[in-house]
Amino acid sequence: MLDSAGREARHVAGLWWFMFVVAVAVYVLVAAMVVIGVLRRRAAEPEEGGDRTGFVWWGGIVMPVVILGVLAYLTVSTTTALGRNAPSNLEIDVTGHDWWWEVRYPESGLRTANEVHIPVDRTVELRLHSADVLHSFWVPRLAGKVDMVPEQTNPLRIRAERTGTFLGECAEFCGLQHANMRFVVVVQTAEDYAQWVVAGQAPSTAAQGAALFERQTCAGCHTISGTQADGTVGPDLTDFGSRQWIGAKAVPNTPENLLRWIRDPGSIKPGVLMPPSQLPDSELRALVAYLESLR
Amino acid sequence: MTLATPPEEVVPLEPLEELWHDPPGLVGFLTTVDHKRLGVRYIYTSFAFFFASGLMALAMRGQLSEARADLLGPGTYNELMTMHGTTMIFLFNTPVLAGFGNYFVPLQIGARDMAFPRLNAFSWWVFLFAGIFMYSSFLIGKPPDGGWFGYTPLTSSTFSPGLNIDFWGLGIVFVGISTTVGAINFIVTIFKLRTPGMSLNRMPIYVWSMLVFSFMVLFAVPAVSLAAGLLELDRLFGTAWFVPALGGSVLLYQHLFWFWGHPEVYILFIPATGMVSMIIPVFSRRPLVGYLWIVAALAGIGFLSFGVWVHHMFATGIPPLAMSVFAAASLVIAIPSGVQFFAWIATMWQGTVRLATPMLFCLGFLFIFLAGGITGVMVAVMPFDWQVTDSYFVVAHFHYVLNGAVVFPIFGAMYFWGPKMTGRALSERLGKISFWVMFIGFNVAFMPMHILGLLGMPRRIYTYDRGLGWDGINLLVSVGSVAFATGAGLTLLNWIRAVRRKEPVPDDPWDADSLEWATTSPPPEYNFAALPVVEGRHPLWDRRPLRYATAGGPGTEGVTAVGAVERRTPVTEGFDTRPEEDLRIPRESWVPVATALGIAVLFVGLLVNAEIMAVVGVVGIVVAAGVWAWRTEEDLR
Repeated sequence: MLDSAGREARHVAGLWWFMFVVAVAVYVLVAAMVVIGVLRRRAAEPEEGGDRTGFVWWGGIVMPVVILGVLAYLTVSTTTALGRNAPSNLEIDVTGHDWWWEVRYPESGLRTANEVHIPVDRTVELRLHSADVLHSFWVPRLAGKVDMVPEQTNPLRIRAERTGTFLGECAEFCGLQHANMRFVVVVQTAEDYAQWVVAGQAPSTAAQGAALFERQTCAGCHTISGTQADGTVGPDLTDFGSRQWIGAKAVPNTPENLLRWIRDPGSIKPGVLMPPSQLPDSELRALVAYLESLR
Repeated sequence: MTLATPPEEVVPLEPLEELWHDPPGLVGFLTTVDHKRLGVRYIYTSFAFFFASGLMALAMRGQLSEARADLLGPGTYNELMTMHGTTMIFLFNTPVLAGFGNYFVPLQIGARDMAFPRLNAFSWWVFLFAGIFMYSSFLIGKPPDGGWFGYTPLTSSTFSPGLNIDFWGLGIVFVGISTTVGAINFIVTIFKLRTPGMSLNRMPIYVWSMLVFSFMVLFAVPAVSLAAGLLELDRLFGTAWFVPALGGSVLLYQHLFWFWGHPEVYILFIPATGMVSMIIPVFSRRPLVGYLWIVAALAGIGFLSFGVWVHHMFATGIPPLAMSVFAAASLVIAIPSGVQFFAWIATMWQGTVRLATPMLFCLGFLFIFLAGGITGVMVAVMPFDWQVTDSYFVVAHFHYVLNGAVVFPIFGAMYFWGPKMTGRALSERLGKISFWVMFIGFNVAFMPMHILGLLGMPRRIYTYDRGLGWDGINLLVSVGSVAFATGAGLTLLNWIRAVRRKEPVPDDPWDADSLEWATTSPPPEYNFAALPVVEGRHPLWDRRPLRYATAGGPGTEGVTAVGAVERRTPVTEGFDTRPEEDLRIPRESWVPVATALGIAVLFVGLLVNAEIMAVVGVVGIVVAAGVWAWRTEEDLR
């Protein structure tokens, strides 16, 4: 946590070093007084000037009040400074489970687990939830921890100041595998992060294709078992991705050929009964991704 | 003739021995109500749990001594972790302090027993049975594993279906009975049984500390009993106090737990400082500087400690403004501790320090508590706490406070008061070796934990990866823990050796000031034949030989040896200690053990879900308590 990579952790590391210096000074001073007290021989007669309640006044009241006053100020100022973090336009939902982390990006619809990607130098608002017992979200080098409480959403704002991969841990005892409930936060440049988002959306094109397949006319003629598609006019496509050829051995089964085939089957196999498609390229690609994923 | 012997012409002492003696053998063991026998038993029982719990800590340190070690599995580790914490708080620290209080409060205030001797016996039996109850979980292989704090929903029946947690939840409620009735007994004893002349402003600081301890227990322990009790209602009877899906609140559990949990830290710390405040002046040969300051500090800590509990919950999502109130209180509570600290320093400056073993332990306490107090102030600073809470930094901090600042004074007290209790001399040489090994071992074990916390090592993990920079430090910590345990073992050895060698000690080996040193070592069953009259804060320094009370008006002969002959101890007015009437000290009795047994049967019945057994337990409690409450005409006279 001292080798900070985030705004919150940097503030706290500064606070720590200040407190550490004061602590060492106080410790040395007071310990020296104890040592002197042990070594000192009492004067033969009770000393003049009473019973040293001055010690209690100065050491026990004045010194703590001054130091505690400073610390109280620092508590308030640091808390306020951390709270003033610029408002965030990137929200991420993190849910603790026994014993893993579910990560969702509502903005881009991304879902992942045990790995949180965030862009550097941008305030991110994490919304922390729990699906079962208490957990606590802690990335020591980025920020302090916040508990994940069932039926409650706890916010945590972080702002990473360095790119890199940082260890995150569960910090609230959550049972048998509490020790092995870890994750990583990958802090990326804005460009890398944007790319990651795009790449992350890629697998979902297959799902988009599946929806298209059922919504368009495809399902009227083809069957894909386990789906609504149950047409019997054309070939069953349940394991299409594993087949070597398209169109009864017309062309090899490659994504490019498949795209051509769906757009206009007649251009490959004139007279074929399957009609050409009017779909835009992006949707055709989604269909291809879906069909090629069938195995 | 000992200091405690009143003028022989007043009363011959021989009949007293017979009058006060417990029946021999097992019957005496089961029925005694003597506060000294019970006090020693409390201490021995607690230390048995202390060493058991220490062995668990060593096993855990073995597992953590290197990355990905394979000594304990996660299940076993969590069980040991839970039982280590639970034992140290509930079965060692609290009862051992109650044990010292049992033994020395009546002696220091010049009484012949506690106000409610049978309640005292009951309290020990309940403690013993509750401890056996919790430890019996090992026999069936289901020790509690939900952490010593038992947070829900992990400890709910959904996530922890076995008996493990029931041993814990019921055990906490069970042992809470003992602590609570003990506190009531202390309060009444301290307010009403002080010997003539011991006005409130002359009470030894240790008695003050036990008074504050008892009031704190009275207000704090019901909260944890409630938390554990409601948890068990959820588990056994399907209520939903802490079930979030049904509208229960898991944070409510944490509030209840820490409303007890933080005062508990001071419940342990205050009597420990009381011991220190007795020991330092004796070995500095000067009265404690700032007596009134310290009394005010004890009361202040007792009061403030009820306003800091939320600092255990800074990371739970409570709004910052609400938290800052508790942060402020957590900072302010450092002031009364500082007052005490500088009063001790001033006392040493005033006098000439003699480095006997009890004093060494107090000095060790000072150096350790200073560090633990400073880190305590740090964790009150919220933004810092968000980083270090539930990390090894906090583990280091509270071991400095609970192990260093409580266990060291307790060991000091063993050396200081041990000879009084056993009448046998402990070896100073072995004591000093034990101290140094413990002191060095302690710091080697716990100082590096601060660094582990700052490096990001969370608490309560049974294993960790290589390459995080934690390996070497953890090994060092484990080595330190072995040294610390060895040092503590040397004191155990010293004690066994002393009891076996039977080398007698004088009544007042340390040239001390308070009344327990005015009687024999060990004290007779009746403590004092006639009660000593107190004329200042330091009876044995103010006047030697002591003056003994004489009857001065109707109904006051209880203060003289007549009281001892008739098993009576005087009840005195709470402020100026004018004798008001006499309190009969009951003879040995079966009702305490019988009542405690009834409670044990009830709890086992609840545990194994055997309704008939629970009913039998309740009937047993009612019958035994009924016999207990029964008064014959003779009793009333």
